[in-house]
Amino acid sequence: MAALRSSTRVLSSSTRAAFRPSAVFSRSMASVSETTEQQPKIKSFQIYRWNPDTPTEKPKLQTYSIDLNKTGPMILDALIKIKNEQDPSLTFRRSCREGICGSCAMNINGQNTLACLCRIPAESSSDVKIYPLPHTYVVKDLVPDLTHFYKQYKSIQPYLQRDTPAEDGKEYRQSKADRKKLDGLYECILCACCSTSCPSYWWNSEEYLGPAILLQSYRWLIDSRDERTEARKSKLENSMSLYRCHTILNCTRACPKGLNPGKAIAEIKKQMSLGS
Amino acid sequence: MRLSGLQKEVLALYRQCLRECRKKPQNTRAHFEKFVRDEFSRNIAVEKRDFAAIEFLLRKGHRQLDVYSSPGIKDIR
Repeated sequence: MAALRSSTRVLSSSTRAAFRPSAVFSRSMASVSETTEQQPKIKSFQIYRWNPDTPTEKPKLQTYSIDLNKTGPMILDALIKIKNEQDPSLTFRRSCREGICGSCAMNINGQNTLACLCRIPAESSSDVKIYPLPHTYVVKDLVPDLTHFYKQYKSIQPYLQRDTPAEDGKEYRQSKADRKKLDGLYECILCACCSTSCPSYWWNSEEYLGPAILLQSYRWLIDSRDERTEARKSKLENSMSLYRCHTILNCTRACPKGLNPGKAIAEIKKQMSLGS
Repeated sequence: MRLSGLQKEVLALYRQCLRECRKKPQNTRAHFEKFVRDEFSRNIAVEKRDFAAIEFLLRKGHRQLDVYSSPGIKDIR
């Protein structure tokens, strides 16, 4: 038994030794080095800069050049590299770097997306242009002021509202079919890419709720556990909150999570008109 | 002198700020008033036609007013 154990130990240690260099190698591949023989692939990024400390200075585009061989594949990797190595004053929001937090929403080459989900276009030689989300007040550089957006989100009461207690006194149960209705809605991370791409929202952002908030609104309207459906609907029953949507569908094109706010809004409109 | 809409907004904000000062405790009121005047006079040189900058400063001013007008804030330095 003891012999067996020692032999396995020897085996395991040897395999570990055999694996270790490769593991180290693959890790170094993923990060930075291993580019001695490759030609540097220089890419220029034009980034919107504006500093609130000097409000009389006009916003400008600043150009940064980086070697793509030494950078990760996504725009966010490039931004982080620029901030680390070239200009620590560059300001942007980022957190999860995998498209789940919605912090790094910005306008890249004219399209609102998450910087962490947007690849650096390697084929084209043209510069990458990065702006903050359009038609938002800018806090600094690429950071938009989303206070109003969050206020609107709060106004739709995005939480479960019911008066009857659960049957078993523990949890509110839902059939599989009812749960399925929430697919394509609950994934929304409120990055505001869709709302800020909507021309209707640009002109009426004070009163029109915008696609992101309406998608959430619909998510609570069709939740089988929620009992305030009528109250929620009557809140939308005016010319501004909902009916400023003219099915331009920029929202659906912009959504970095591949959701369809346009469809959700259409469903709300259908529910409202059919009264179901 | 006829004032433009933007100028009226700035003056309205200034008056509103000074009014809020009156709600502060008697002994620290002067600190708040000094703070308001300093904040405004710091940007007094902003060009009259620089709408973007003035609008930004107005928004910032309203935000600051919201924060400082909360009754929990009793003194300012």
